[in-house]
Amino acid sequence: MRLEAKGISFGYKKGVKILDQFQITIENHERVGIVAPSGFGKTTLCQILSGYIKPASGQVLLDGKDIYKIQGYCPVQMIWQHPEKAVNPRLRMKDIIAEGDGIDERIMDGLGIERDWLNRFPGELSGGEVQRFCIARALGKRTKFLIADEISTMLDLITQSQVWNFLLTEVAERKIGLIVVTHSNLLMERIATRQVVLSSEPAKSLLFH
Amino acid sequence: MNNTGSVTILQKYQRKRLNQRSQTLLVLAFGSIFLLAITVIGTLVGDIAITTNFTQKNFLPQIAHPFGTDWLGRDMLARTLKGMSISIYIGLFASVISAVIAAILGAAAATLGKKVDAVITWFIDLVMGIPHLLLLILISYAIGRGTFGVVVAVAISHWPVLTRIIRGEILQLKEANYIKIAGKLGQSKMKIVVKHMIPHVFPQFLVGLVLLFPHAILHEAALTFLGFGLPPEQPGIGIILSESMKYLSLGMWWLALFPGMVLMTTVLLFDLVGGSLRKMIDPHSAQE
Amino acid sequence: MSCMNHKHILQIKNLSVSFTQYEKGLRKIDLKVIRNLNVSVGEGELVAVVGASGSGKSLLAHAILGILPRNCDAEGNIWFEDELLSPKRIEELRGGKIVLVPQSVTYLDPLEKVGRQVRKEQDEESVRTKQEELFDFYKLPQNTADLYPFELSGGMARRVLLTTAMMESPRLIIADEPTPGLHLEAAKKAMSHFREFADKGNGVLLITHDIELALEVADRIAVFYAGTTVEEAPVADFQSVDTLRHPYTKALWRALPQNGFHPFPGKQPYAKDMPNGCPFGPRCPQLTPECEGNIQEQLIRFGRVRCIHAK
Repeated sequence: MRLEAKGISFGYKKGVKILDQFQITIENHERVGIVAPSGFGKTTLCQILSGYIKPASGQVLLDGKDIYKIQGYCPVQMIWQHPEKAVNPRLRMKDIIAEGDGIDERIMDGLGIERDWLNRFPGELSGGEVQRFCIARALGKRTKFLIADEISTMLDLITQSQVWNFLLTEVAERKIGLIVVTHSNLLMERIATRQVVLSSEPAKSLLFH
Repeated sequence: MNNTGSVTILQKYQRKRLNQRSQTLLVLAFGSIFLLAITVIGTLVGDIAITTNFTQKNFLPQIAHPFGTDWLGRDMLARTLKGMSISIYIGLFASVISAVIAAILGAAAATLGKKVDAVITWFIDLVMGIPHLLLLILISYAIGRGTFGVVVAVAISHWPVLTRIIRGEILQLKEANYIKIAGKLGQSKMKIVVKHMIPHVFPQFLVGLVLLFPHAILHEAALTFLGFGLPPEQPGIGIILSESMKYLSLGMWWLALFPGMVLMTTVLLFDLVGGSLRKMIDPHSAQE
Repeated sequence: MSCMNHKHILQIKNLSVSFTQYEKGLRKIDLKVIRNLNVSVGEGELVAVVGASGSGKSLLAHAILGILPRNCDAEGNIWFEDELLSPKRIEELRGGKIVLVPQSVTYLDPLEKVGRQVRKEQDEESVRTKQEELFDFYKLPQNTADLYPFELSGGMARRVLLTTAMMESPRLIIADEPTPGLHLEAAKKAMSHFREFADKGNGVLLITHDIELALEVADRIAVFYAGTTVEEAPVADFQSVDTLRHPYTKALWRALPQNGFHPFPGKQPYAKDMPNGCPFGPRCPQLTPECEGNIQEQLIRFGRVRCIHAK
């Protein structure tokens, strides 16, 4: 499978584009890191690539199909930076995970999710624990690409390495393409097979292969 | 210097003997029972409230008649309770209608696109822009006074605040990450509404409804007092108060004082009940 | 003590903070989120307290400043320049000799111009001069004073927060996650002002989850685990796993991407179900029955550690 972004432009304010004619092509065996200083629309780019936001111009295509128009389960799943905002505080963790697409026990074990967490509410777990659920939820059966937006900033180092080690084997086994945003260079070097740099002025993207 | 052995107390949480949640529950239970009692007793007193007895005219408050009697020898306590219960019924009816209108308009404004939103918001501003009492009088007069007129007037003038709240809540929810994520996980719109939105909005709706009560009751009373509301045969609290005004100059202060105080207490109690409900639901104050 | 050649600016001994919370219905429980925490900051030192987000380390800052939420109990001895502080004294020092530099611009009042906020609404000539000097020092253009907070860039906002803190000539800065989500290089740059401040003989207590940053800028690192500091060590000890003392710190070191990225099983215990004795016990490879007793802090090679097996 192939995820393709073609001529993506986007801006929140009139006349100020944070993304201009951005291009990228990712195969489902790749792990791509996106590098940019803060405030350069990395989260926005992630949302565009996973079909949350419609770009002002351009298209994101998954095997030729426009990602924004896909109905039902989206094969490109994004994991958000702030786990506490990504779950409904009124639902128990088991109901939250049930929204995913048939999440295996194996995935929960791999991410170190303990069974007695399932009956708790998000507020009764730490951010790192909730984030494990969010990661598990995004790993449904039909997921083909995973977009991870600073998913481990909220985790302590040991949890971070636990989670990433699992994710790396999982995406390799299931041939899931991975797009990673992180501000940590060391982590990026460890994870990504290739890096894309969003350069600063004038908000233009360069491509390094 | 380092090993003084003793430890400084830096902060001590002042625990109340009753924790706040119990306290709130207590207030809630007390308020609800009191209001229920007024309503039930008022409904049951029946004829005592209108039975005249000319041997017992103009009595000051006393053991047999705690609120005194009026110029026709009617027991003021019975009249007050009867009047209050009628007012509560009307208030209940009117606020439920108001709240339903608010729910429908609020949801419509938040979900049916920019144009619908603009129209509804404009209506909210319109209704809120007109002085409340004036609007009430206008509507009730146009419909032809009477019980029906009051209910309609109160019902269709009290929805804007709650509409605004519901609209805001839904708009905010629509932008919530977890709702957007649910959509990308293939959850249907219906499922999202039932599972994510209603459980969030409903408690706020309930609190809004309870907090509408005191307004509705007070405005019903005011409208009736001014002669635009209930007919004189129905001893609403407003009627009792306006009739009593004529006798105030004769020194019969109890005719107005006690019914007035009961009205005030009822309104404050409803406010208290609504307030404590909100306190329990609102996560910001729930942990105190 | 760990830094014998320094005079202490801040010294905290046996700090405990507990929360009162509703569990289900009307039952209330006490959650001990910080227990017997020790940490110190010497003159000229920048000390980092490193711990996972949401592990309660922000409460440490709030406790030192006496701004804990109301439903908290706190006890412990805090010395500031050799003076044992009472709650009242803390209140007097707060905002003067001890200041907090918060995470983000949201701490600025959005409706007031930056200059007035920094001057705390005072307009005397001396205050104005001081503000202008500080703006110069932190390379903020003087016209920044007339901007509203929303007109500031992230970096400027951070410097404005810093000038606000510096107006009272503090001795100790407590910085709570001052560089959230910043790239290491940018974070280091942002931290250079704190470094300068410490180098003038003052103290900085940096509270962060970012160990990479802490390793770059701090003199000493206190490792926060399950509500307490398990180890306080000079930053040089983090060069090799052998110079570290506590098994958790060692696991942390091995989990760094540059040191192998090794995962470690288990999770931090909740305040609700804390094990007896050492909080790391259930995960620890060196666990022995004695670990369930009272663990005293030991001084080993200029670092302090709470582990009976530490060498």
